[in-house]
Amino acid sequence: MPTFLGKDLIGLEHLSAEQILAILDTAETFKEISERPIKKVPVLRGKTIVNLFFEPSTRTRISFEFAEKRLSADTVNVAATGSSVAKGETLVDTARNLEAMRIDMVVIRHSASGAARFLAERIPSNVVNAGDGRHEHPTQALLDLLTIRDHRGRIDGLKVCIVGDVLHSRVARSNIWGLLRLGAEVAVCGPATLMPAAVETLGVRFFRRIEEAIEWADVLNVLRLQLERMQAGYVPSLREYNRFFGVSNDRLAAASDDILVLHPGPMNRGVEIDSDVADGPHSVILDQVTNGVAVRMAVLYLLAGGAPEAAEAAKGGGR
Amino acid sequence: MSPGTPRELMDERAVERALARMARELVERNGGVRDMVLVGVHRRGVPLSERLADEIERAEGARPPVGSLDITLYRDDLMAIGPRPVVGESRLPEGGIDGRAVVIVDDVFYTGRTVRAALDELADFGRPSRITLCVLVDRGGRELPIQPDVVGLTVQARAEQRVEVLIPPLDERLAVVMADRPGDES
Repeated sequence: MPTFLGKDLIGLEHLSAEQILAILDTAETFKEISERPIKKVPVLRGKTIVNLFFEPSTRTRISFEFAEKRLSADTVNVAATGSSVAKGETLVDTARNLEAMRIDMVVIRHSASGAARFLAERIPSNVVNAGDGRHEHPTQALLDLLTIRDHRGRIDGLKVCIVGDVLHSRVARSNIWGLLRLGAEVAVCGPATLMPAAVETLGVRFFRRIEEAIEWADVLNVLRLQLERMQAGYVPSLREYNRFFGVSNDRLAAASDDILVLHPGPMNRGVEIDSDVADGPHSVILDQVTNGVAVRMAVLYLLAGGAPEAAEAAKGGGR
Repeated sequence: MSPGTPRELMDERAVERALARMARELVERNGGVRDMVLVGVHRRGVPLSERLADEIERAEGARPPVGSLDITLYRDDLMAIGPRPVVGESRLPEGGIDGRAVVIVDDVFYTGRTVRAALDELADFGRPSRITLCVLVDRGGRELPIQPDVVGLTVQARAEQRVEVLIPPLDERLAVVMADRPGDES
């Protein structure tokens, strides 16, 4: 049976506004489950989910695992280190072996852009992209959207600026597509060395100065500066990056009073974001973490065939 | 009866009389209002439980707390239903349900599967001292060994017939109607 989201969630680029909003609405109701005395519903009981993490990730993996367990799925974590991947097995062989063990869903994180789609096209299980190379990180963008909507009541018409290493960021790509689809104005800000060529063709504005971006924006989504970018010569030094693009309280003084600051974590405090901002009144970073579990529950549920409006129709006349 | 011409089984006054009687029965069964908690099953069970609570308050001078339960995530046929997603919210009153007399309120009792799901869900919230099932209409057609304790109206409906409770604010008026329909009920 085709589900509302289709078989897989690879990215936000091809999702409709209706699908994105449905995920956010479903996540909104799933938040309540995490407040219950027994934080578990039986909706994925009997389903087996493999978390296939070829790249290190603690936060995303734990968030998925909580989501899976709260929906009563059985989960297995496979990390690249120590697995047969380290012995040279290909991605497809790994997946086929897992399939042979009768699994239902795969959550995959991989350093190669396109790895999630590659896998999805070759196995019958539902595939959820938990970050592939520089391509997409859809559940992160969805939790960002949910957090913004929670605090502002809408996405449509908001001005959102993504600050930092947009060139290498899958979070930025998913965010840009999701935000634009829901009617936000989107801008990026960062060193020109960390911007894709002709970034405006994505439908976003480009601010070269953080001060201008802050003055313009209702929401700042501050990306982590991956420190290896410094060794690769994209930025001269961490101190200089902080001086020109760091989000500090001094700079936020020029912002609107209710500006929101998001960060996908983990943060480099004192580099892309100062501690007094990260822990300050504009920060919604911990809300993002909370929302991450609800969003991932919603995605897994919808991919598995979840459906309650039809449930209401089916119920008509009582069940 | 042809499709599109629903027959009215209860008008507004009949529903109101039934609710008043059901409220009395609930108080009697539970030895008063103390410890009673009404939990409406999403969606029409929710406004019904509010009306029952109003009736109980009118008669007893005390209003039992009211909560709501969405059983969607506890259904036994999740994978067999169509592709548009809305999950409602479950919200139990302050103080929870441990040791309290919980009344599950729903509009129509049919196969019993909704109630089975509601019982499972309640068990995840706590351990009530007792659970009573209260429905406005029992239309017959049980598929599980579950039956309501307090009923407003009993009617034998065929599988291809649809029994509906209309209740504000979800509907324009208060009534119970029955109509023929293409039979695909779960």
